[in-house]
Amino acid sequence: MIPVAFDYLAPSTVDEAVRALVDAGEDAKVLAGGQSLLPVLRMRLAAPSMVVDLSRVGELRGVREEGDELVIGAMTSHHDVLRDQLVRTHALLLAEATTTVADPQVRHRGTLGGALAHADPAGDLPAPVLALGGDVVLAGPTGRRTVPVERFFVDYFTTELAQDELLVEIRLPKRTGWGARYEKFSRVAQAWSTVAVAATVLVRDGRFVEAKVALTNMGAVPVRAYAVEEALVGGSADADAIHAAARHAAEGTNPTSDASADAEYRQHLARVLTARALTAAAAV
Amino acid sequence: MTAAVEAEVGRARRRKEDARLITGRTRWTDNLTLPGMLHLAILRSPVAHARIAAVDTSAAEAMPGVLAVLTGVDLAKEQGSMGCAWPVTPDMAAPQHPAMAVDTVRYAGEAVALVVAASAYQARDALDAIDVEYADLPVVLDVTRALAADSPLVHPEFGSNRCATWVFDSAEAGTGGETAPAIADAEVVLRRRFRQQRIIPAFMEPRSVLVDPTGDQVTMWSATQVPHILRMMLAATLGLPEHKLRVIAPDVGGGFGGKLQVTPEEVLVLLAARRLGRPVKYTETRSDSMLSCHHGRDQFQDLTLAARPDGTITALEVELLADLGAYLGLLTPGIPLLGAFMFNGIYRIPAYRFTCTSVFTNKMYTDAVRGAGRPEATFGIERMMDELAAELGLDPLEVRRRNWIGHEQFPFTTVAGLTYDSGNYEAATDRATELFDYQGLRREQARRREQDDPTLLGIGVSTYTEMCGIAPSKVLGSLSFGAGGWEHAAIRMLPTGKVEVVTGSSPHGQGHETAWSQIVADRLGVPFEDVEVLHGDTQISPRGMDTYGSRSLAVGGVAVLLAADRVLDKARPVAAHLLGCAAEDLDFAAGRFTARGTENGVSIQEVTGAVFAAHDLPDGFEPNLDAQATFDPENFSFPHGTHLCAVEVDTETGAVKIRSYVCVDDVGTVVNPLIVDGQVHGGVVHGIAQALFEEASYDELGNLTTGTFADYLLPTAADLPHLVTDRTVTPATSNPLGAKGVGESGTIAATPAVVNAVVDAVRHLGVTDIEMPCTPQRVWRAIGGGA
Ligand SMILES: Cc1cc2nc3c(=O)[nH]c(=O)nc-3n(C[C@H](O)[C@H](O)[C@H](O)COP(=O)(O)OP(=O)(O)OC[C@H]3O[C@@H](n4cnc5c(N)ncnc54)[C@H](O)[C@@H]3O)c2cc1C
Repeated sequence: MIPVAFDYLAPSTVDEAVRALVDAGEDAKVLAGGQSLLPVLRMRLAAPSMVVDLSRVGELRGVREEGDELVIGAMTSHHDVLRDQLVRTHALLLAEATTTVADPQVRHRGTLGGALAHADPAGDLPAPVLALGGDVVLAGPTGRRTVPVERFFVDYFTTELAQDELLVEIRLPKRTGWGARYEKFSRVAQAWSTVAVAATVLVRDGRFVEAKVALTNMGAVPVRAYAVEEALVGGSADADAIHAAARHAAEGTNPTSDASADAEYRQHLARVLTARALTAAAAV
Repeated sequence: MTAAVEAEVGRARRRKEDARLITGRTRWTDNLTLPGMLHLAILRSPVAHARIAAVDTSAAEAMPGVLAVLTGVDLAKEQGSMGCAWPVTPDMAAPQHPAMAVDTVRYAGEAVALVVAASAYQARDALDAIDVEYADLPVVLDVTRALAADSPLVHPEFGSNRCATWVFDSAEAGTGGETAPAIADAEVVLRRRFRQQRIIPAFMEPRSVLVDPTGDQVTMWSATQVPHILRMMLAATLGLPEHKLRVIAPDVGGGFGGKLQVTPEEVLVLLAARRLGRPVKYTETRSDSMLSCHHGRDQFQDLTLAARPDGTITALEVELLADLGAYLGLLTPGIPLLGAFMFNGIYRIPAYRFTCTSVFTNKMYTDAVRGAGRPEATFGIERMMDELAAELGLDPLEVRRRNWIGHEQFPFTTVAGLTYDSGNYEAATDRATELFDYQGLRREQARRREQDDPTLLGIGVSTYTEMCGIAPSKVLGSLSFGAGGWEHAAIRMLPTGKVEVVTGSSPHGQGHETAWSQIVADRLGVPFEDVEVLHGDTQISPRGMDTYGSRSLAVGGVAVLLAADRVLDKARPVAAHLLGCAAEDLDFAAGRFTARGTENGVSIQEVTGAVFAAHDLPDGFEPNLDAQATFDPENFSFPHGTHLCAVEVDTETGAVKIRSYVCVDDVGTVVNPLIVDGQVHGGVVHGIAQALFEEASYDELGNLTTGTFADYLLPTAADLPHLVTDRTVTPATSNPLGAKGVGESGTIAATPAVVNAVVDAVRHLGVTDIEMPCTPQRVWRAIGGGA
């Protein structure tokens, strides 16, 4: 499979990368790990005239703490997210979800920023990031802007990113001591989700102090299951409460129908998987 | 045989070809580059059925690096019609099958134009500049609809979409009784309709062809299973003199039947290379491959089984509706008929009738995929045996015991007219139930049901046999097949004592180089390392019938053995001469001839040297030890076995997980247990994949919706259970090795074992069938989800 010919630049700073995007105009594409972009190019679903490769932009890699926040560079690979102790401590849900992404080869190349910017409704990382809350930081020709995650995902494969903007980092509020579970359902082990549920909860004295739940592939963009969260918070962390709350999981969702699952079945799965995710996250 | 000789056959040697195959540092067709080589790309139809109203190639022709753009019209005079070697009935509808569509496309993916350019990139770019205007024609995709009087026609010249109707009736054949009265009189009659979904062979190495037309002879390298058949068929299709064509199958990365084909791509590359007078290469992309390598299975099976209340089967009727797709490939119409001889399985059935109606639709054509006809049949009968057991409240193993052929009854002529030479179903089943803990799992199943456990357990049985080692030429002739089923081998004794084995089998991952070396090392008593196996080049190995139908060892391996015997026969008088004794007084063991009762000996390798020098040979001896043999089996081989599968069904999601899988296979004499285990593992996984994962689908317009591996699901190790394998050994009596085929048995056995297990898990909820693949959603709906 052969892509359309394109020019290629590999800048070493964010500023250079943004300038390259501005110069190239409408037809430029950012290359991160290439695990989604390359298939798109090879199948000629996109035909950019310029590809701007971020792999040499060192400042975009790595995880650090800033006060109450965990900051993850957009070019941090799935593999590095998985190995990171800060992520495990403060954003366990993200680590849990990342283990379900593809296989080791893909995880060594694919990046968190790429997975969010790609905005595949079946992708496994948008929902956990949405559940964890926080912001994404975008850099463009006029500087940087911060966008709350819930506003970042706009539609199928569409985000807030403008053509000349880069996703530079993901800032997550620390959820230290929270339980977490990414409950993924897919037809084969190494595949995107048919449906998945990202749940992270804070349980104290047998009660849900906080609960964040988001769903993968239940619509064009990841959706928060607010009704589930509301049903849980303040209540006791037990099986009955979880099952009662999980019944609300599919409310307001509008999933697609495809060869693996129709919409009704997806809504059913959302309820089942929500109960399972919460049971594991709350260690009930 | 001496100890050293026995050690080679039966030894679990690692495969000598693996290092180069696994690392890819070898001659895959796409790795080859010739001076001046050009690259070819193919434009494929995006619509399933249309008239080609106009094709404008001018823009593409003007693109950089482009040397030629050719359409079906350009090639119409020379491309001939792709051959079908199996005219199953005298009145079969055999449409013209152009390598490139001339005025009409009949499936999405059919070739409509090609570009030859200096680089693969330039060729691909130019495809986008070709402008084709399609005038849509109505599409027919469903076989039942295709047979309706008002259906759109794939080939209007026949006035119907029916290709052929083929019948076998045991009363007419004299192999059994009439089914109709047996069914009318039966106390138990079961009717079921099963569907065999369409599948794609998904070999690892995409198809690739390189043609060098320079010089007096045309040379084709192709990633094919069948270099010899390819040469013959290309000669016939294109009117090329066969001796002016050399076909080479270098290392080939898998086939699963998908490369048992003579493809339009091979014809097109040859024609383009000939026109341009330069070497031309085409390597398909995976997307091309999914669209346009032949697909497999795709049939409806209507089965009627009659039995007595004790479970004794009294009659079986089978009606197949086979979806052939748009054209006939090499063996297309014959594939479903291979099942005709296998629906009776391992059972004594007094009356049997089989009818197959094959139908054209606007889809890629179907042809052989691992098992070819036999998996379909085994699925049908093994599913029915479980249905019968359930109907009668009997254990599925018990129903089988009451009907199967006892080990003391061999050779046994079946109601389908085959004679099974040997087998021991009791032994394989006993061993399998023991390894599986059959009774323990049955107890657990009952316990889960009683406790309303959301995870249910199901147990599936498959006691299969299959006909392979294809095939006795006479039988093929009686089935109107276009060729014989022999295989050829030659052995060349080199002056330094090394041995070259030339085989007509054409390995594409099976490990023939290792197994054949073991056979020859064993027979000639030379070191394994001293044997080289040559294959896959019509110039090196001019006679061959290639590799498919689990025939390589049971036919090709036997030819190797016979050739080795002839080398020894030739060497004997020389050895006697050298040792100064009579040939009758020679012993041969461990590679040495000795004068009986003395220490006086000479090795086969020394004899070879003496023959090469030719200084001192018996009078009149022709100085040459090389020998060849062509083996035409008198019968098929009939591997059999018992496969047991336990699945866990998550009733909340419908997900199926294989908990344990045990197979005890009887493949006769084992030359290399490691290779046999590998074939069983791969085969079982292939069968599991059909049961749970694989399905090629088209949308209502005839577009393939499973054109990538993101949609066409293949399981990986992470989705599969640990496989417990064991063997019983009942040697085949129809060949001197005692070997039976093993390349397809796992695939044939596994699919019904898995589906039987899934149905068994939920049968108490009123389920009698779940269509393949048993996806979570299908299972969930079957048990009332969403109702
Ligand atoms: C075999 C396979 C299996 C997979 N399985 C899964 C799975 O199970 N679950 C799952 O979630 N994913 C899966 N993926 C996708 C994988 O997670 C990708 O890594 C991810 O979706 C994209 O990340 P990337 O770094 O490779 O991005 P790229 O492919 O390089 O880019 C993707 C898109 O994002 C844009 N982009 C990337 N980075 C930036 C940035 N910093 N700023 C602006 N735009 C940017 C690109 O322009 C492009 O449009 C799989 C991929 C493969 C090949």
